[in-house]
Amino acid sequence: MAESSARVMPTPTGGALPLIGKSDTKPTWCPGCGDFGVVAAVEMAVKRLQIPSQNVVIVSGIGCSSNLPHFLSSYGFHAIHGRSLPVAEGIRWANHGLTVIGTGGDGDGFGIGVGHFIHTMRRNVDMTYVTMDNQIYGLTTGQASPTSAMGQKTKSTPTGVIEHPIDPISLALASGATYVARGFSGDVKQLADLVAGGIQHKGFAFVDVFSPCVTYNKINTFDFFRQRVYKLESAGHDPSNIVAAFERSLEWGDKIPIGLFYKTERPTYEDLEEVLAAGPLALQPSGIKGRTAILDEFV
Amino acid sequence: MYELSVRSGGQAGDGIASVGETIARCFSRMGLHVFGLNAYQSVIRGGHVWYQARTGDGRPHSQGDGLDILYALDRQTVDVHAAGLRRGGTVVFDPEKFAVSAGELPAGVTALPVPTLEFARKHTSQSILQNAGGIGATAFLSGIPLDLLHQVLTDSFGRKAGDVVTWNLGASADGYHFAEAHASANDHAVRKAGAAKLLMTGNQAIALGAAAAGLKFLAQYPMTPASGVLHYLAAHAQDFGIVVKQAEDEIAAINMAIGASFGGVRAMTATSGGGFSLMVEALGMAGMTETPLVVVESQRSGPSTGLPTKTEQGDLNLMLGAGQGEFPRAILAPTHAKDAYHATIRAFELAEAWQTPILLASDLHLSESHFTVDREEIPLDLAPSSLFTVQPNGHEYLRYQYTESGVSPRALPGQAGLQFIAGSDEHDEKGHLVSDTKSGIPRWVAERTRMMDKRMGKMKGLLANSEPLVLEGPADAPLTFVAWGSTVGPIRDAMAQLLAQGHPTNLLYFPTVYPLDPAAAALALGRTHRTLLVEANYSGQFGRLLRAESGVHLTSRLLKYDGEPFYPHEIVARGLEEMNHGGK
Repeated sequence: MAESSARVMPTPTGGALPLIGKSDTKPTWCPGCGDFGVVAAVEMAVKRLQIPSQNVVIVSGIGCSSNLPHFLSSYGFHAIHGRSLPVAEGIRWANHGLTVIGTGGDGDGFGIGVGHFIHTMRRNVDMTYVTMDNQIYGLTTGQASPTSAMGQKTKSTPTGVIEHPIDPISLALASGATYVARGFSGDVKQLADLVAGGIQHKGFAFVDVFSPCVTYNKINTFDFFRQRVYKLESAGHDPSNIVAAFERSLEWGDKIPIGLFYKTERPTYEDLEEVLAAGPLALQPSGIKGRTAILDEFV
Repeated sequence: MYELSVRSGGQAGDGIASVGETIARCFSRMGLHVFGLNAYQSVIRGGHVWYQARTGDGRPHSQGDGLDILYALDRQTVDVHAAGLRRGGTVVFDPEKFAVSAGELPAGVTALPVPTLEFARKHTSQSILQNAGGIGATAFLSGIPLDLLHQVLTDSFGRKAGDVVTWNLGASADGYHFAEAHASANDHAVRKAGAAKLLMTGNQAIALGAAAAGLKFLAQYPMTPASGVLHYLAAHAQDFGIVVKQAEDEIAAINMAIGASFGGVRAMTATSGGGFSLMVEALGMAGMTETPLVVVESQRSGPSTGLPTKTEQGDLNLMLGAGQGEFPRAILAPTHAKDAYHATIRAFELAEAWQTPILLASDLHLSESHFTVDREEIPLDLAPSSLFTVQPNGHEYLRYQYTESGVSPRALPGQAGLQFIAGSDEHDEKGHLVSDTKSGIPRWVAERTRMMDKRMGKMKGLLANSEPLVLEGPADAPLTFVAWGSTVGPIRDAMAQLLAQGHPTNLLYFPTVYPLDPAAAALALGRTHRTLLVEANYSGQFGRLLRAESGVHLTSRLLKYDGEPFYPHEIVARGLEEMNHGGK
C-alpha cells in the first residue's frame, strides 16, 4: 500500500507536468463509432491547453459514450445513469482549481438527466459538458432516445416515434448556458476547437456532438450529417446574438448548423458562492473547534 | 421533585411555536431542563397547532403526560386540550375571543380570562400583539420572573424595529401583572436552578455535529422534518466556511455530496423517507465507488406523503435495504439532541475511515423537538484531521487495492501520479471496468467475488468500531424495554414513573442499529426476564432485524403508528400489564 501522508494540493498549471493521454484501457466502442472522434477531440483540447492531467476530472453517467473517462489518463468518475452533472458540480465546488468535463450521451443527459442539465446551466457552473448525441439508446441495444426523430422506428417504437424530439441547443440557450456549441465527430479538428473553447470559457460550456451510432441508428449516419452540416463561423453567424442563436438552433433539414451558437459572460456559480472566495473548499480549514460563542444563540 | 408542563395552542399563523419557544427558553435560562414538543400540521394558516414546554427539577426525556397551564388562543385549543389539565391547572384565554366555563374544565382547574386584545390595543392599533398579554400571564403562572421574560423577548426580536419590542414588552407586562392580581402561580411554578442551559432541536444538534466533524459541503432538498439541518447550516454557511446547496431534487443532492466527497471534502445530505427513496441508487454508488458520505434520514409518517408533520420509525427496512445489490453501510440512531451531536461526529468518522455511506436515523420527534443540553455536552473541541490520502511511492497506485480491512488507499483529484477512475460499474483494483468485455470470463468472475469480499469485509470493521448496545437500569429488573432512536426518551420517563410506583425496569437500546453484534444482542436479551419491544411503526421493523441477527424473537410488542410520539403513560400501562400478566 502506498504510504499515507498529509494533504497534497493541486499544483498550478505547468508544462512540466504530465499532460493528458490515452489510458491503458482501449475503447470498447463498435468499430466506426462516432465516440472515437469525441475522445480524440477531448484529448486534443486538454493537451492543447496544457492542463496537467492530475487537475482534470472527467465525469460521466451510463451509456456507451459514458465509458469515455476510462480511456484517458486524467481523474474520472463514472457515475450512475443520468447523474454525471450533479456529481461534476460537487467536484467543482469541492475544488474549483480542477478542470471538470462532463461527458455522456443523449439518453443520459436529455432523458433521465434532463432536470440536472437545465439546473446546471442556469447556475452557470464553470465546467464543460460534451454530449455524444446519437439519437438512439445504444448500450441497451437500440431503443428511442429523447432526440430520436419523429417517426423513427426503433426496438421500443416499432411503428415510429410519436414524440417531438428535444433540441439540446435551444434548450441550453433557454436554460442560461453561457457557451453553446454543436460539433460533429466527423470533424475532429473543429470539435477539438469547440471543446477547447468550452474549457477556456468561464462558465457552463455545452458542446452537443453529432456522434453517429453505426449499429443501431441507420438514419442519422455519418453520411446523413456530412451531407447536411455547415459551419456557423463561415455563415456570418454572430455568437454574441442570442436571438440569432435561437434562430440557427431551429434549423433542421437539408442544412444543419455546427459550430459556436452562443457565447456570453455571466458570473459563475463559483464566483457568486461566497464561501469559495477563500479558495478551493478542499484546501480550506474545517471544523468549528473552540468556537464556543456560536452556542450563545441557543441560550 | 416537581414538574411543570405549559402548553399553548391556536391556529397555524398565530405564532404558537414562538410563544412556546419563548416560555421554553425562559425555563432553560433558569438552568432547568426542558423538553419542547412542537405539534403542527401541514398547513401554513389555520388548522390547529400547539407547543408544549415541559420542565421541572429533573431532566424530562419527553413531552410527558399531564398539563398544568394551557394558553388557548382559540376555542379549539380548549376543546382539544383542557381534559389533560392536572388539578391546580389554569386555562389562560381572552374572553373577547371566546368563552370558557368552569363547568367544562376538569376538577380543580381554573379558567383565567385575560384581556389580551385590550392590552394590545393600548400599545398599537396593529394586530400584531395578541400573544404578548397571554405570554405574560402564562409566564407569571409558571413562575418565570418578568425581567427574564422581557430579556428573552428582547433577544428573540433581535435587530427588529424598536417599537415592536417596546409594545411587546408593555403588553406582556400588562398580562403578567393582570395574572398576578387575579390568580396565584401554579403549585409547581419553577425556581431558578443554575446556569443557563442550551435549548436546541435535534436537527440543530445534528448540524452542529456535522460542522464540528469538519463538514464542508451540504446539499439538501427541503423536506420536513429534515429541513432544520438545511436552515441552520445555510444561516451559518459563511461563518463556518461550509458550502450549502439547495439542490433541484434529492437525487441531485446526494450526487452532489458524493462528487464533493470524491473531490476532497467531508460531505453530507439530509432528507426524510420520501427524499431518501430517491437517493437510493446513488447511495449504492457511494458504496461501490467507496466514497465517504453521511446521509441524515429523518423519518416521518409514511407511506408515500403520509403524515408530513408527524413522527414514525417506519423507514428502518428502507435504510437497511436501500440500494440494489449489497454494499457496506452503518445506521446510527441517536436518542436525543446531545446524542445526535455526538452520533453525527461518529458518522463522519466512520464514513471516512471505512469509505462508505453512513446513515444517521432521526425522526420528527428527535429532529424537531427542543432539548436542553449543558454547554460541556456540546464540546466543540474536535480538530478535524485532513482527509486520508496517499503519496506516489514508485509502485502502481491501486485505488481499490485488496486489503485485509477492505479499506484501500484514497487519492484525491489534483494529486499527481495517482489518477484513477471511480466507477459505479464493478471494477478491478485499478478501477478498470470488469463489467463489459471482461464480465463472465473466469479470471474476472473470480475478481468480482474478490472485490465484493473486499468491500463487504468493511462490515467487520464497522461492527468493531460501532457503539455497542446500552443497558440502562437495574440488570435484574423484571421487565426490559427494547428500543432504538427517539422512542428511548418516553421510555425513560415511563421507567421513572414505574419506579415511583415500586416497579424497577430496565432498557436495552441500540445506538448503532446496524450492524449489530449478534452475540452481544443474544447475550443481553438472554439475561432478561421479560421484554417489551417499543417501536413507532406497524410491523416491529427493529424486532425483525433483531430476530434475524440474534435469533431472539421478541413477541411482546408495543407498536404505534398514529403519527404521535409515545406518551410515557402508554408505556407504563403496557409495562404493568406485561409484568402482571405477560409471558416471556
